[in-house]
Amino acid sequence: MPINYYIFLAVTLFCIGVTGVLTRRNAIIIFMCIELMLNAVNLLLVAFSKMHYQEMVKLNPTAGIDGQLFVFFIMVVAAAEVSVGLAIIVMMYRNTHSVDVNFLNRLKH
Amino acid sequence: MNAIIISAVWGIVMMFSGLLTSNKSTVRYVAIGGIILLFIANLMDLGMGHPFFSIDTRRMLYFDTFPLVFNAIAYGCTLLYFLLSGRDIEQVGVNVAEYFALIFFVLCGVAIASSFNTLLMLFLGIEIISIPLYILTGSNKKNLKSTEASLKYFLMGSFSTGIMLLGITFLYGASSKGTFFIDEISLLGGPASPLFMAGLLLLLISMAFKVSAAPFHFWTPDVYDGAPTVFTSFMATIVKAAVFIAFIRLFFDSFGEIQARWQIFISIIIAATLFIGNLTAVFQQSVKRMLAYSSIAQAGFMLFAILTLNQIGRDGLLLYTAAYSVATIGIFAILVRMKDHSFEGFNGLAKHHPVLAATNTVFLLSLAGIPLTGGFFAKFYMLAAVVKTGQSLWLVIFAVLCAAVSIYYYFRVIQAMYFKDGEPQQIDSPVAFRVLLVIAALIILILGMFPQWLINTLEIPYI
Repeated sequence: MPINYYIFLAVTLFCIGVTGVLTRRNAIIIFMCIELMLNAVNLLLVAFSKMHYQEMVKLNPTAGIDGQLFVFFIMVVAAAEVSVGLAIIVMMYRNTHSVDVNFLNRLKH
Repeated sequence: MNAIIISAVWGIVMMFSGLLTSNKSTVRYVAIGGIILLFIANLMDLGMGHPFFSIDTRRMLYFDTFPLVFNAIAYGCTLLYFLLSGRDIEQVGVNVAEYFALIFFVLCGVAIASSFNTLLMLFLGIEIISIPLYILTGSNKKNLKSTEASLKYFLMGSFSTGIMLLGITFLYGASSKGTFFIDEISLLGGPASPLFMAGLLLLLISMAFKVSAAPFHFWTPDVYDGAPTVFTSFMATIVKAAVFIAFIRLFFDSFGEIQARWQIFISIIIAATLFIGNLTAVFQQSVKRMLAYSSIAQAGFMLFAILTLNQIGRDGLLLYTAAYSVATIGIFAILVRMKDHSFEGFNGLAKHHPVLAATNTVFLLSLAGIPLTGGFFAKFYMLAAVVKTGQSLWLVIFAVLCAAVSIYYYFRVIQAMYFKDGEPQQIDSPVAFRVLLVIAALIILILGMFPQWLINTLEIPYI
């Protein structure tokens, strides 16, 4: 399959994520949308990795491996972010009994 | 390499020290010992001795004088920060050892972000900086403002991380060899494909997010205002400087050759940042919030180094980070001990606490860029870098005008301290605290009179 299809798919997923972050008001849904953005990137990285492998395999049998490695790092970092992020959301729920980000306007003067 | 390993290990040492002792001062001394060790180890890396660790990182990390000198500045500032505000960190909550541990993890990220050589390490460095900061921002768990700032910072931070990752992926796809090494990206980009340019722009946007440049600055005032003041001090200085170093290294090594294509975007960002930062700071009622906007305005000046990418700009950026960090840490150290964070809270400070007022004046003058202080030469180097390129001179004039505006809100504090009468207030200022403030003020003055002392350290050849 041509690489363009993958680019369109990943960018579409990414844009859905961005739209969700900008329009939704529930902190957990915003958080899910951020995860969607990261996963769109993962998909695209794997696709590019495969593309580089096919182009370069004759010169370098491990071509494109960097992209796949990067995906693992993104997964690890995303997991770390999830643990911190959910803790913050729980902390907010304890204080306000809501996960609606519209409540978050006390800092505006 | 020393710094990365020791700071990561010391973070774990800090966590155990919280387990083994419940005495808060002991924990603080362990932290101060750690940062001194880190500072010395970093100097040894800089060619004044031999490094403890030499690990083959397969070119993923690149150690040179520039990042190592910056690390020395960052650790020196952190040492000053621990000495000045260590007691105030103890006031934030019960988990003192963990706060120090998280700060050491941030320092590990600072070392990675300043010495990365692949986009992978850039991403990891920025994330290792950010994730502990989300926790530190929300460390005052009972305070709703702190929680709110933490959530806001977290959502905005991970959103910009997503944008950065998409940019990195586009660059990876556009490079014909499939590489993340920053020095190979530009050579293989060829006649910049649309994919390459899209990746570059996304990276630019996400880095602008992280350094809080307009129009991506909107999270900064809220987060800086809501976070516990001690941690705002750390976030606004050392962390911001580290992201700037990452920013300039990325653009210097990867995109330096196609500078003409992205210069216009940086020019717009600089103009917007200077304008919004300075003008909004004028209307603030709280000094803490004013300092948040002032940090945006200062970021506008630091961006000049990225616009020009020449030697003066690079040298000047180091001077700028040093002068700005020391001054801001000093102001925050005084602010955090005051009960009233508004401008009125400073009324009559000079009468009751003359040392605090005098040193605070030096810090504010430095931020405003008055001659004889470090801030003057920092700004001078930035503008000289632009003048040397001979382009975008309108930006220089605009920057000077904005600096003139900034004098207004910095002098409002000085005026309140010296020319207004106020209630005498209890500020806990032991002798050691005042001595340290004087030392910090002296550092500012020395940087203002002999900036070449710092710049010349860059000439040390790296072995």
